[in-house]
Amino acid sequence: MTLALTRRSALLGLGAAFTLGRASLALAAAATDKRFVVVLLRGALDGMSAVVPYGDRDLGTWRSEIVPPQPGQPNGLLDLGGFYGLHPALAGLHQMFQADELLPVHAVAGPYRSRSHFEAQDYMESGADHRMTSGWLNRAVNYIPAPGNRSDVAIAVGSTLPLVLRGPVAVGTWMPKTFGAPQPDLYARIAMLSEHDPVLGPAIADGLRERGFASATLGGDKDLGNGAFAALCEAAGKMLAANDGPRIAALEIGGWDTHAAQPQRLAPPLQQLDAGMVALKGALGDSWRKTAVLVMTEFGRTVRANGTRGTDHGTGTVAFVLGGAISGGKVRANWPGLAQNNLFENRDLQPTTDLRSVVKGLLAQHLGLDRRALAGVFPDSAGAAPLPGLASVRA
Amino acid sequence: MDTRTVQALIRFGLGRRGGEAAPGNPDAWLARQLDGPDPALAVPGSSFADGLIALREDRKEREALKLTGVPPGAPGAESAPHRVRDMIRADGKALADHVLATDMPFRERLVWFWANHFTVSVRRPECAALVMPFLREAIRPNVNARFVGMLFAVMRHPAMLTYLDNAQSIGPNSPVGLKTHRGLNENLARESLELHTVSPAAGYTQADVTEYAKLLTGWSFAPNYNPPQFLFRLNAHEPGPKTVMGHTFPAGAEGGIAILTWLGTHPATYRNIATKLVRHFVADSPPHADVARIEAVLRATGGDLKAASLELTRLPDAWTPMAKLRSPWDYVVAVARALDLPPDKRPEPAGIMAKLGQPPFNAPLPNGWPDTASEWSAPETLLRRIDWAYDVTGHAGDVDAAALAETTLGPLARPDMLKEITRAGSRRDALTLLLTSPEFQRR
Repeated sequence: MTLALTRRSALLGLGAAFTLGRASLALAAAATDKRFVVVLLRGALDGMSAVVPYGDRDLGTWRSEIVPPQPGQPNGLLDLGGFYGLHPALAGLHQMFQADELLPVHAVAGPYRSRSHFEAQDYMESGADHRMTSGWLNRAVNYIPAPGNRSDVAIAVGSTLPLVLRGPVAVGTWMPKTFGAPQPDLYARIAMLSEHDPVLGPAIADGLRERGFASATLGGDKDLGNGAFAALCEAAGKMLAANDGPRIAALEIGGWDTHAAQPQRLAPPLQQLDAGMVALKGALGDSWRKTAVLVMTEFGRTVRANGTRGTDHGTGTVAFVLGGAISGGKVRANWPGLAQNNLFENRDLQPTTDLRSVVKGLLAQHLGLDRRALAGVFPDSAGAAPLPGLASVRA
Repeated sequence: MDTRTVQALIRFGLGRRGGEAAPGNPDAWLARQLDGPDPALAVPGSSFADGLIALREDRKEREALKLTGVPPGAPGAESAPHRVRDMIRADGKALADHVLATDMPFRERLVWFWANHFTVSVRRPECAALVMPFLREAIRPNVNARFVGMLFAVMRHPAMLTYLDNAQSIGPNSPVGLKTHRGLNENLARESLELHTVSPAAGYTQADVTEYAKLLTGWSFAPNYNPPQFLFRLNAHEPGPKTVMGHTFPAGAEGGIAILTWLGTHPATYRNIATKLVRHFVADSPPHADVARIEAVLRATGGDLKAASLELTRLPDAWTPMAKLRSPWDYVVAVARALDLPPDKRPEPAGIMAKLGQPPFNAPLPNGWPDTASEWSAPETLLRRIDWAYDVTGHAGDVDAAALAETTLGPLARPDMLKEITRAGSRRDALTLLLTSPEFQRR
């Protein structure tokens, strides 16, 4: 079947459903002036290709055929201080690193050791070692200390709601419009006829309210350029920047499950991620300095390249913390080393930092959650202490 | 029309098509659809061999065009090769025609259910010319046969061998592995255990996945043979016996055959597929007793999918009205069948499904499209359905909404909806109100 898309709809992110196919955005209101953005990389990013420990002498033993050239070489790694290098597709993130706004945290993993995408994503988003009906980000919003007026109304915006943002706090989704629409009066009658339906009733009512906000903020459909993910990032940035806008956003982007031909297949999604973060920063404007972004994936990939110049499902990987409110410019890691006897189960990067520690550190330092709140957001996580020193003193 | 007849049409079928006659005896009507060969197979369509040849010829032509130095599309240049594109268009049109017109809609629902269970996706561009042949060759012939037979057809099909990378997986100690230093790719083995057969509930380990991947080394295909065909590459097969979940399987093609036979008839597999069938046809949260009944039929019949499908229609819970929300695919098909527009006014279903979040053959991950209301009811997604319904009713001409409510929903149509229809200011508004009502959005 052919799936003809107009150029406009492709640029606006609907193309996401087809050409990129993998991007979506959701936002929620919260009682804070800080902005917090979570980006889920679905499909398991090979952290050792995004932030390459080129200084580890064992690296070449395992994966010489999939590692980009050393810093300084043509299309080489972008140096992060002598041991690690960013993948050359991440030039925008490298600039943020040089401005002390990017903090890669390496050799991280959640508490789960499942190599199933689906279980691991559920657990990562639940913030637990089992699937819950709510996600940690939604629970966190509930715990944000409210100094002034508190708005519990979710105002905006993506096409599906990721588990990480499901829960008691109402959240909307947003995607650019693509069909002509009925008159408001017909919408009102449709909403009325759906009222009795427990699923359709609230969803349609929320949808109509959210569209009102999104179109007022974005000034209608326009060419956002730069690919679907970047377009969603730009839209997210604008809505987060608005005075009466949401404060929390969750974005997702796929394309990371690189079982074969990894050098060719990994560069495009990395470029999209990079363009997205640059677009987010640009659209946030002055609000960037109040912003923290967490980029995370469900697990890493095997240290050894497999038989098809790819990597299979693994354990430890990298997470990115970035934003104007972040104390970056270095790589945080307790590097486990890549010698044979240091690998996890003789195949994966040994995780040395709990992903929950990264999240808890951000929630505490950036959004002001106290110890009790953190325990509510991440049940049974006493062993994962908040990672200190993530937020900048500038903020 | 009584409630059971309407329910048969929408719970197990694709929604009633325009003026087609309602079945007299809904139970017999459903049972009859499980007999005999799939009627879609009588219509000509491409095989995987056609797909691989088209891919190969397009590639050759592209290389030749490169040599001329004139880019395709430039003035005076040849157009870019388009065998694959033409094939996909023709197959896609035939498939859409079949889905919108079939008088065996229960059979068709089962086909799409199983295609989603064994997801292959054009997210891997090399699969684009193979996904529709996969539906014809691996799925359609097996929906009323034994599950293990479908599993074999799937695991030998170039679409699956490509999509989950097994065609290139090489035993590290095989002759090819030793010579080229290439090795395993465990993608197919993992998803086969997790999604297609026993599921994680069976308690397998990473070592089991790796051993299973070794068993599957060599399961590949030969794109350059005439015709292209499945091929067990002995010289890429990892030598020696392998142990998976405590069972040891021999080296060679027979090892793969033995483990597929074992997995395809495993009680945990029956439990897994029974759960998915009940979730699809009965309720988002599958009632345990219903799962147990389907599972028992599978165990008693050696995995006979015809018997299991028939048993689904006998579950009292399956006849509770409006328990499921239609997925975008289901919704677009139901609307298009209800309006029964002439071909020149008919919406192009694939494009619309893409806009509604479910482009055909394009699932993001190997676990396929979700099957619960919570996954399809994000506010904006539902508004898009409404927008599209309004759009399509603009082409519906003088279809009468009240009459259509009676033929498509019968006693399920709520009085307040029927009243709004009669008060609507235009035929188009009236049709939009019908097609966006909860009664029509559910099945």
